[in-house]
Amino acid sequence: MEILNEVLISNNLTTAFVFVGLIVYLSYFFSNYFTGGRFHGSAIAIILGLIFSYMAGLFTEGQKGVADFAILSGVGILGGSMLRDFAIVATAYGANFTDLRSSGKAGVFSLLFGVILSFSFGALVAISFGYDDPRSITTIGAGTVTFVVGPITGSAIGAESEVIALSIAAGLVKSILVMTITPLVAGRIGLDNPKSAMVFGGLMGTNSGVAAGLAAVDPKLVPYGAMTATFYTAVGCLLVPSVLFFLVSALY
Amino acid sequence: MVIYGIALLGICTLLGLFAGELLGSLFGIDANVGGIGIAMFLLMCCTSLFKGRFKIGDISEKGITFWSMIYIPIVVAMAAKQNVVGAIDGGFVALLAGLLAVAVSFIFVPIISNFKRK
Repeated sequence: MEILNEVLISNNLTTAFVFVGLIVYLSYFFSNYFTGGRFHGSAIAIILGLIFSYMAGLFTEGQKGVADFAILSGVGILGGSMLRDFAIVATAYGANFTDLRSSGKAGVFSLLFGVILSFSFGALVAISFGYDDPRSITTIGAGTVTFVVGPITGSAIGAESEVIALSIAAGLVKSILVMTITPLVAGRIGLDNPKSAMVFGGLMGTNSGVAAGLAAVDPKLVPYGAMTATFYTAVGCLLVPSVLFFLVSALY
Repeated sequence: MVIYGIALLGICTLLGLFAGELLGSLFGIDANVGGIGIAMFLLMCCTSLFKGRFKIGDISEKGITFWSMIYIPIVVAMAAKQNVVGAIDGGFVALLAGLLAVAVSFIFVPIISNFKRK
């Protein structure tokens, strides 16, 4: 047993391939036999991944889900930002230039609108829960943009560390909700063409949420959503600690 | 050679991320400004070039298509390493802020997508 453990740990990336392979196999099995293929296998796989990561988090009290188990540390590499970015870029192979150009304006608009929209709702929730200093309100709003914008804004404007932690949590909630809800509502919101995928990427912005959400709907749409989402965090980092912070300060 | 495809993908990704970091430092923010988008754009430029004058070749092409197909398993691994406990432990403020933002953003997807058609 110890020898087996050693093999699994020292070949952690290989172990991760097997682990993910099993999850995907199980998910497609569920999808075919229990939902008649109506609920997409990859959507189930992503939800299973999140459930495992929740259970692992309770068990190990770590922050990296199943990757906190030594045997599954390879999942951290496979699901880390390096390979994720590499694979997202690869999905652009075969994407269509004309589709991109024809929905460019809607994409840019959704980007600006999306950042301000998410920020506003985060800030409103903060206000309704009794936060009354502009730094805390702005930081919680920033976290609702993405969990990267939250801490960057918080440290830039000097928010308390509890508030920064809260802003990261808000961003995580957003990203996990986008991963799980997108396949459920895709049909109803017309998420089936490059243009709506670009708008979706611009409105949601969370890289991991958009990546996983679109993967579970139609992998062909991934490059379009990823294209706008990749600018979202940057737009958030530009707008929130400057313009939006001044606006909140002026109102309070 | 399959490695040519992978290397080309790597060049585009690295150049894009590098450009994104440069843009970030230009704006004075600690984030990558559209690196992935620039990389995807570069790859699309390369591939449209290949369709015309150059040929990348079927096997080299597989170096790219493999990574675009392995994308979903990577996303599953990414889901399995999220800090789900952290999200849920964030309390009601975090849950409500995230939920409202996502719900409203979903509502606006069809609205903005259909702007021009009306």
